Amino acid sequence: MRRRDFVKGAAAAPFCLGPAAWAATSNEGEGPGRLIVVLLRGAVDGLSIVIPYADEAYYRERQSIAIAPPGKADGALALDGHFGLHPALASLMPLWTERRLAFVHAAGSPDPTRSHFDAQLYIENGTPGQGTTRDGWMNRLLLGLPGPRGATDAISIGPTVPRILAGKAPVATLPLGPNGAQPLPIDQPEIGSAFDRLYSGNDALAKSYREGRTARAQLIGALNKERQIADNGAPPPTGFPGQATRLASLIRRQPGIRVAAIGLGGWDTHINQGNHKGQLADHLRSLGEGLAALARGAGEAWHDTVIVVLSEFGRTFRENGNLGTDHGHGNVIWVLGGAINGGRVYGDWPGLSPVQLYQRRDLAVTTDFRTVLAAILERHMRLTDRQLEAVLPGAPPASQELAQMILG
Amino acid sequence: MSRRARGRSDFHQFVVRRFGGFAVAAGLLIALPAVLATGAEPIPDRLVVHLLNRLAFGPTLEEARQVKTIGIERYIAEELDPDSISEPIELRWRVAQLDTLKLDPVQLRRLYGPLRSLRGFKPNPELEKAQRERVRIILRDAGEARILRAVLSRRQLREVMVDFWFNHFNVFSGKGLDDVWIGNYEEQAIRPFVLGHFRDLLFAATKHPAMLVYLDNALSTAPGSPAARGRQKGLNENFAREVMELHTLGADGGYTQEDVVTLARVLTGWGVNSPDARVFPEHAAVFEGARHDYTPKVFLGHPLQSRGKAEGEEALDILAHSPATARHIAFELAQYFVADEPPSGLVERLAARFLETDGNIREILRTLFASNEFWDSRGAKYKTPYQFVISAVRAAGVSVPNVRPLLGAMDQLGMPLFGCLTPDGYKNTEDAWLGPDATTRRIGFATTLARANLAVTGAAQPVDAARLEAIFGSTLSDATRSAVKDSPKGLRAALILGSPDFMRR
Repeated sequence: MRRRDFVKGAAAAPFCLGPAAWAATSNEGEGPGRLIVVLLRGAVDGLSIVIPYADEAYYRERQSIAIAPPGKADGALALDGHFGLHPALASLMPLWTERRLAFVHAAGSPDPTRSHFDAQLYIENGTPGQGTTRDGWMNRLLLGLPGPRGATDAISIGPTVPRILAGKAPVATLPLGPNGAQPLPIDQPEIGSAFDRLYSGNDALAKSYREGRTARAQLIGALNKERQIADNGAPPPTGFPGQATRLASLIRRQPGIRVAAIGLGGWDTHINQGNHKGQLADHLRSLGEGLAALARGAGEAWHDTVIVVLSEFGRTFRENGNLGTDHGHGNVIWVLGGAINGGRVYGDWPGLSPVQLYQRRDLAVTTDFRTVLAAILERHMRLTDRQLEAVLPGAPPASQELAQMILG
Repeated sequence: MSRRARGRSDFHQFVVRRFGGFAVAAGLLIALPAVLATGAEPIPDRLVVHLLNRLAFGPTLEEARQVKTIGIERYIAEELDPDSISEPIELRWRVAQLDTLKLDPVQLRRLYGPLRSLRGFKPNPELEKAQRERVRIILRDAGEARILRAVLSRRQLREVMVDFWFNHFNVFSGKGLDDVWIGNYEEQAIRPFVLGHFRDLLFAATKHPAMLVYLDNALSTAPGSPAARGRQKGLNENFAREVMELHTLGADGGYTQEDVVTLARVLTGWGVNSPDARVFPEHAAVFEGARHDYTPKVFLGHPLQSRGKAEGEEALDILAHSPATARHIAFELAQYFVADEPPSGLVERLAARFLETDGNIREILRTLFASNEFWDSRGAKYKTPYQFVISAVRAAGVSVPNVRPLLGAMDQLGMPLFGCLTPDGYKNTEDAWLGPDATTRRIGFATTLARANLAVTGAAQPVDAARLEAIFGSTLSDATRSAVKDSPKGLRAALILGSPDFMRR
């Protein structure tokens, strides 16, 4: 409750935070933190993100797409004695050094499907193998947080509400493109009040209309202010770095935002995946720069923010016949934020020899993705066991090791 | 509950009044002679609007009157036989201007593809840039043709099915040469087959270079085959998986990872001809035996009898005729035309019809449109952004001198035309599209359209609210009607087009 009071004060005076306020935002109190989920749709190749350069099989089976070991030209950036980071993610190395970035390797879904669409459904509805769960686990999380739900507690970055955020609790959708804050006819009082009468019912459409109106009123002002500042000279950044910059400023101005989600596509690299440069490297660079911008731009809000980056499954260990990779199984989950005990690759590494691979072709899953989420939901979002069961029904508990991932 | 129950009795009464008990007992509404549909009492607006919301991109005033004149059965019969319907002169004339639609894939690549060195002359970067600008005309022509036809065509069901099947066999204009081929893909691989046999559609889509490039089959190569080298040294599973998961059997259609690999091997060699090929120079998509896997294969439990190119056709035929495919297509059609979670009884009947008719899409739809489930589902579907924008322009009855603002509206609503990156295509369910931003932006589009803000909608004259009331008046909810009545005259058309009633179909 104390944190909520603080949030109100912060919204009124966003730039007047002294050291005392900082202490209140760190997640030592009772209140929940903030969670941002980045979904990499299309199954990113996790073995090219956190690279097992110490496994000789890695270089044997990936002759054209492997990244050289640390110390070599265009090599991976050393993380520990075994793993290296893709060089296109250099913008994230400061966070690693500050121990605010962690990875969980060989993580994934207990469901074996290699269908993008089924697998995405499962990481979004939080019930692997059960397509019938209609709502998303992030929406169930919102319902479990204390206090009434406001129209802008949850933000979907994009024009629609993805499954992961769908459900009973209201979710604001914000395109967050360079023109996302442009005025709409509905913002004019005469038009707005006429449509308010039309959408005064209790059906799903009227509800979404009212949520949209409230969210616009709360968020557009903040975005426009930011735009004026950003437009002062340089053009605003485009793509994910631009969206992330705008999301960061939104969180800084509206610390009441509890969860946000964004989906990014373009990871389905069946051909010409590239190595230290190329298709995947370009996408990773943009993602890394965006995450770094989010960390930089969130200001004090960074201290109680956790960002999770995950994908529906990993890709084949061996490169395929077209210098790409096909649909696989295990992957890496990224976790970063002010409340993260990072600088470490978590999880049990299953190895890459043929018998260690899942069905002799894919990285095995040794950590259920739900246990990574469970650790964050319990320790960072402050859910009770009962609430956690409602968000991720049937999920195994987080291991002791994963619990250490959250500072507290 | 009560809405559904009322819907059923509406149609029941309508049938009884107009055709007597026999038709209901026989359940063969479509088979009734059209002559019965004249005379008698007028067809209620709610049935006319429902029909046109599903078989067309919503009613125009003219088409609503047309249905009332010729009757529902004849309208359905005509729409299922689109070549019997003549097209408006404006549409024919405007589509005829779009020259790139007339070119074949080889011509398109030669004229609009990346410049190639010729006899030692290398194109400079400026020329290459100019060529990249030039290719945009393909997407412009394809977009203009699609939107103009969707708005103006009297063969509305064909246009609805183009939307349905393009999404089913989605390709993305941003992948490889697909920016050059996307218009031709719709013209040649989708459009001619949308009411034909599913097998023909599957074959046409699979053999089009746009699909072979999009899902990477063009590069898939039998390891160790004469053509295996460099970037084309082995298998690629992408197309083989998606053709089973998305195009035919469905994700729960009973295939294994081994079947995925087998089908990838079967389809090795289904690729794209080189720009300076001496063999079949007039074909962009070819079978290249040099990269094919000629070993014997067992696919989905069937030992394949054919070899080479015919082996792929045999495998596709197995897929096209599988009961799992019948069910998958039946489900998708019922979801598109009836409800997000379609009644299982209907899906089963449509699947049975699929198997009885060798996948004849026209006959499956005939069964669908005669079903109680179809007539009971009035307003059950939330429009996609595409359907919303097209239906608003059609109902408004305004001319569309420029389609670009309509495409811009679809972009803003998250459904850019030809811009779906993933092979599953755009969804048509409420949970995919209904959201706070969607509602306020749709209202924004409705308002600017109604007020003739040319820059935003491309429509040149304000919308006449009386026209909209003539189409929808009696079908609008009481709440909408009274909100419209209590509002300034200048806002009424905007309110109808932006109403909750108009968001649904």
